[in-house]
Amino acid sequence: MGKYFLRRSIQLVVVAFIISILAFLLVHLLPGDPSVTILGPNDTAQNRAILLKQLGLNKPLWQQYTTWLTAVFHGNLGQSYLNHESVVHILATGFPIDLELIVISQIIAFAVAIPLALFTSRRPNRPVDNVATTGTFGLLALPPFVIAPILVAVFAVGLNWFPATGFVPLTQDPWANLQHMILPSVAITFGSIAVYYRLLRSDLISTLQQDFITMARSKGLSNRRIMWRHAFRPSTFSLLAAAGVNIGGLIAGTFIVEYLFALSGIGFSLVQAVNQRDYLVVQGISLVVALAYVILQFIVDFLFTVVDPRVSRG
Amino acid sequence: MPDDRELASTHAADQLLGDRFPGMAATDELVVSRQSEALDSDDILLRRPLGILFWLALAWVAVVALAAIFANVLPLHNPNFQNYNAINQGPSFHYLLGTDDLGRDLLSRLVFGARVSLIVGFVSVAIGMAVGGTGGLVSGYLGGAVDGSLNALSFVILAYPAIVAVIAIVAFWGQSLWKITIIIGVGTIPLLFRVVRASSLSFANRDFVIAAKTMGATTPRILFREILPNVVPVALTFGLITVAGVIVIEGSLAFLGLSVKLPTPSWGNLISEGTSNGNISINPLILLWPSLCMFLLLLSINLIGDRLRQRFDIREGLL
Amino acid sequence: MSAVRRTRGRTLEFKDVHDGGGPLLAVEDLHTAFRTTRGTVRAVDGVSFELQAGTTLGIVGESGSGKTVLSRSIMGLLPPHDVLRSGTVHFAGHELTAMKPSELRQVWGAELSMIFQDPMTALNPVKRIGKQITESLLLHLDMDKKEAASTAVELLRSVGIPSPEERVRWYPFQLSGGMRQRVMIAIALACAPRLVLADEPTTGLDVTVQAQILDLLGDLQRERHMAVILVTHDLGVVASRADEIIVMYAGRIVERAPADTLFHDTHMPYTKALMESIPRLADPAGTRLTAIPGRPPDLIHPPKGCRFAPRCPYAQTKCLEAEPPLRTAGSPDHLFACWFPLVNGVSTAPAPVAGNGAAATTLPDGPGDTATATAQAASGGTDAAAPGSGDGPTAGGETEAEA
Repeated sequence: MGKYFLRRSIQLVVVAFIISILAFLLVHLLPGDPSVTILGPNDTAQNRAILLKQLGLNKPLWQQYTTWLTAVFHGNLGQSYLNHESVVHILATGFPIDLELIVISQIIAFAVAIPLALFTSRRPNRPVDNVATTGTFGLLALPPFVIAPILVAVFAVGLNWFPATGFVPLTQDPWANLQHMILPSVAITFGSIAVYYRLLRSDLISTLQQDFITMARSKGLSNRRIMWRHAFRPSTFSLLAAAGVNIGGLIAGTFIVEYLFALSGIGFSLVQAVNQRDYLVVQGISLVVALAYVILQFIVDFLFTVVDPRVSRG
Repeated sequence: MPDDRELASTHAADQLLGDRFPGMAATDELVVSRQSEALDSDDILLRRPLGILFWLALAWVAVVALAAIFANVLPLHNPNFQNYNAINQGPSFHYLLGTDDLGRDLLSRLVFGARVSLIVGFVSVAIGMAVGGTGGLVSGYLGGAVDGSLNALSFVILAYPAIVAVIAIVAFWGQSLWKITIIIGVGTIPLLFRVVRASSLSFANRDFVIAAKTMGATTPRILFREILPNVVPVALTFGLITVAGVIVIEGSLAFLGLSVKLPTPSWGNLISEGTSNGNISINPLILLWPSLCMFLLLLSINLIGDRLRQRFDIREGLL
Repeated sequence: MSAVRRTRGRTLEFKDVHDGGGPLLAVEDLHTAFRTTRGTVRAVDGVSFELQAGTTLGIVGESGSGKTVLSRSIMGLLPPHDVLRSGTVHFAGHELTAMKPSELRQVWGAELSMIFQDPMTALNPVKRIGKQITESLLLHLDMDKKEAASTAVELLRSVGIPSPEERVRWYPFQLSGGMRQRVMIAIALACAPRLVLADEPTTGLDVTVQAQILDLLGDLQRERHMAVILVTHDLGVVASRADEIIVMYAGRIVERAPADTLFHDTHMPYTKALMESIPRLADPAGTRLTAIPGRPPDLIHPPKGCRFAPRCPYAQTKCLEAEPPLRTAGSPDHLFACWFPLVNGVSTAPAPVAGNGAAATTLPDGPGDTATATAQAASGGTDAAAPGSGDGPTAGGETEAEA
């Protein structure tokens, strides 16, 4: 058990290190000049050289990297070239929004996908199952940039049930916060529902053919109990793995709804920063996002051992 | 032992109800899957029809593809011609799907926009498959340190938010259709590498491969004659799913104005136009048509992919 | 342990069926068929028998003889769809075949339980074994958690698991095969059922462990006065342990007798063939075991006539045309289905057909082919026998050729 986690932890550190190099290199190997971003295209070459020197961008790459990494270890991710906002501050204001979007959308996704899969997997390829399974293809075909405008058109503009844009912090007014978050959360939940449902259903169908399910029946347990207590847990491997990848992708992948609903999450901040060549912001955010992704996979690996004790002890 | 196969097939039902008869879920699916262990592959192919949905999906993809290919030849308005005398019109004989807020023909913008989705979707996955798929095939079979590090590297790259790289490169290199296609194609390499590698690895030590090896088959021969045919179903199925994913990525970029340069239409920027400047309330058709087309295209590709998956008997968890 | 049985939420009362006061289990003309994409598989095709409380019944047959489906079918533990079942099963004064699922669940695990073949796959891999035992205690005996937990420890002790206090927290994968099967027995016996259906309980185990497990089961059975149905492919397993033995072939009973009678006065050639395939320590080294040639028939298109005829060394024309009924032999408790039964180990068939059985191994036995192919084999065999005996049934040969 301890060995298993030790090995995974070492892997985590190595991967994090490689990611930091990647996050650094990608930005610096890209053509384009940050001095143009900062000073505008019409400034003199002399001024540019001075600026680059000030920013330390004239030093060799490896020196820039170690300087940056040392600062990162001290909790300093640098600041925006454009508005001098610190990257840590951008993350601190943006992350709660992304976290809330992810939490709400994932609660909806699990609350829909799990009961539905438990229900249809008992009678696969029957009408209810066929409708549900085909229906999830419909959900899969509604990515945020397709469904979000429709949600806005119907529920914000048409019915006026929810505000179309904006954000109210949870601490300020929980109810208003929820009203602002519900449409963007729903817009990103569709794909999750479809993926979770299909994976769980397919794993449940094969679990239900196992002898231990027949055994559970022979004890006189109710179907409900068999589904939840015996069939569900051994069927969650694909679900967990997919949830890890999916949530990891959502950390920076919610930029469409952030843009459309005018939420200042880190996804859209990142997209904006890339577009504006705001080096340190891109570097800092992408480092944190990639690390979060890797840590998430680590958590998923841990959950595997909770779901099935054989993973760590077998 | 040729008889074994024959026996197995005649006694499939018998085995099915033999000593290891699973109790609970012997529904069609169980019965079918149990039999498929024993029956010949021909039987599997005959087993389940593809269904009307599959053919409808294929038909829609074909219609979109044909429209996109022959967009220049079709009797369409210029997609960028602004007719200020016909702003925000509903469907009519002259403008079959209506016009937008600048008086442009929605049908023609839709047809030209289809080009972007389809070209980016299929060509970039073809690029990714050619490089990543081939690499995965060879790497998974040969194994060793190179394979191990490539696999680890692909994992790390996948952890990095790919959209950053794509947007950054597009912004510098230029927002042309082919450049975007190549950039996204390169972005799919690690993903397709991992999937094909895993599949190739699972066949590398199977008996038929070892048999070929002991008979002195060369490595390229084993790769292309023995392993490739077995990997193709997984690659094809996963490739189709990736096509749908890539179309979504291009659409998202276009929605933000980061894909092909305006006014070149793409479904993503058409949706974006439909969303902006009060178009939602004044002329919902601008939003409706591209959303509908995108929905149907993604639905069709996913359906085709899933039917192929069922036919090839690939478990959903593997993809 | 079963003395206090509270009945909260239970709608069924169980009569105590005393020894001699009517059977504990009565199966009457039970049929079970499965609809598959290839056709209807008649896995159990008209089986009737009775079982007294506290006794052991062995059900023996090859793979695919329908013995496992029979045991599941008695219990009603069948897939929810595409199953056709007819006939009746009476158990302890109740008709199981007429019960609603909710009523059946009160019987399952409480009065009637099952031991499965492979404890590796039949125990839930991700649940501690203690939990798997207490589950039915909590459900059927209305115990509280603490009581159930201590009962689980006692049960593990009674099936011979060392340091059970510790083992209740183990997972199945941490136990050896024999230990797992002991756990399975503990689960099956947890609520002190009246009847235990043991489906090949020792097939996956080492030979030495097999005997231990079967002895354990026998001891517990005597202690608790349970009836046991022991389903196996191995006549050797039931020989000394069963009071009565049923031999099944292709979904039907072909011979049924008290264990002693079955071994000493075998009537059915199939039973004899099964016996000859048991290895014996007394046999001199190098003795070849007699295998039964061919395979059990396709249950979608069972052969006409006696279902064993295509593989029977003594098959006659009649055997291929008419199905023999189950009739009594010398004593009323010995039943068999054969036109030309063995008497003192010798067939009563007029012209023993040499080589029929042997020939069957090389013949294709597709569903349609079986009858014809065997007919040819039978006629060929008859011809070969004709010169010697002089009264070869030539007419029979013609009939078979038409078939």
